[in-house]
Amino acid sequence: MAEIAAVIASTHHPFYYKTSLLPVNERPPFADEWISKMTAFKETLTRAKPDVLVMIGSDHFHQLWLDNMPQFLVGKAPWFDANWYNEEREFGLPRLKLRGQEELAAHILRKGLDADFDLAFSNELRIDHSVTCPIIALRPAADLPIVPIYTNIFAPPLPQPRRFVQLGKAIRELVESWDSDQRVAIIGTGHLSLELGGPRQFGEHGPDPHFDRKAVDWIASGDIDGCLAEVTLDSLHEPGNATHGFMDFMLMMGVAGDGIKADYVETVDLFHTMEAYFTWYPNGTPA
Amino acid sequence: MSKYLLNKFLYSVDRDPDLVQLYKDDPAGTVTWWETERANKILNVIDSEESTWLAFTDDERRALSTYDQVALFEMGAHPFLTLTLFIAMFEHDHEPMAYVRAYADRMSHIQMPYPDIST
Repeated sequence: MAEIAAVIASTHHPFYYKTSLLPVNERPPFADEWISKMTAFKETLTRAKPDVLVMIGSDHFHQLWLDNMPQFLVGKAPWFDANWYNEEREFGLPRLKLRGQEELAAHILRKGLDADFDLAFSNELRIDHSVTCPIIALRPAADLPIVPIYTNIFAPPLPQPRRFVQLGKAIRELVESWDSDQRVAIIGTGHLSLELGGPRQFGEHGPDPHFDRKAVDWIASGDIDGCLAEVTLDSLHEPGNATHGFMDFMLMMGVAGDGIKADYVETVDLFHTMEAYFTWYPNGTPA
Repeated sequence: MSKYLLNKFLYSVDRDPDLVQLYKDDPAGTVTWWETERANKILNVIDSEESTWLAFTDDERRALSTYDQVALFEMGAHPFLTLTLFIAMFEHDHEPMAYVRAYADRMSHIQMPYPDIST
């Protein structure tokens, strides 16, 4: 059976790529700390020696639109083109082309449906920065096949937080039941408190540092019950209007498991959001 | 009121560089043209199978035609779509961060809970 080489949960910040390319003397004050922490985070994936990446993210109204909006969608295709005109325009992100792992995608779809997750699928999916940011930051060679899984954290009505946790637990089991000798890293990105397009956007720090501290503690300690006791679809409006992206972190807590402490935890307090990076090694920390 | 149609306008324009430029150059003309020619096109469907019922209210037309992002927010248009498109049109005319901070300041009177963006 396939082995989980690493479980990684992270924020995805579309400006990291541009920041990391700046000459040292042109970097803003926060850049050195950010780049250094991201470089250390990248090593946590490299050390795991993965063969395949399951990438959990959320389309930002690129290919998925309100006339036909899936809640959870698995990409099953031999290739995925990636990044969009408006991401090049706003963030300077490069176009990418990533190989797909169709056998694992088919397994996740079939067994996921059989386990009562009514997963949508796409055989031609252009993916966006929720998946490419972690590729660029953690595996810049972009040389591993992927299975992208999109969640709807963006276009209400949304699934309940507990459903994200349940799906995370299911994805873990589905990957572990894949008849393969491949080493699979499961990587998901979301947000802590975040406001976009509202009065609290782009402040001196994230819109709700108190929520961010609690969220980092929940994730780092694997406190799924504590998190589910406080987080609801309604409560997520309070820390910032884009904070429903935190449910992708909750999905990754489900992947990592109840009460399982992260092996690697790091945060960076940027000017308008807190970045947070977590890695678990279910089969022990690699040498 | 159609949050869906407001979002469809913002989405359709934001993903197309020619339409971004058109909207920046001629907001009212672009809104009129788009409502007449595009509002009822179902994406991923041939033209002859279009919808027949989508139209802006006067307030929606005015908000889009005057770049009134506060009104759009108050109507429940998706804030990410509005922000992304307005950054594309206006941010490069400002110092770094100045545009998005001014954008937030224009909304500083808005209290929680924010308008519902469900469609």
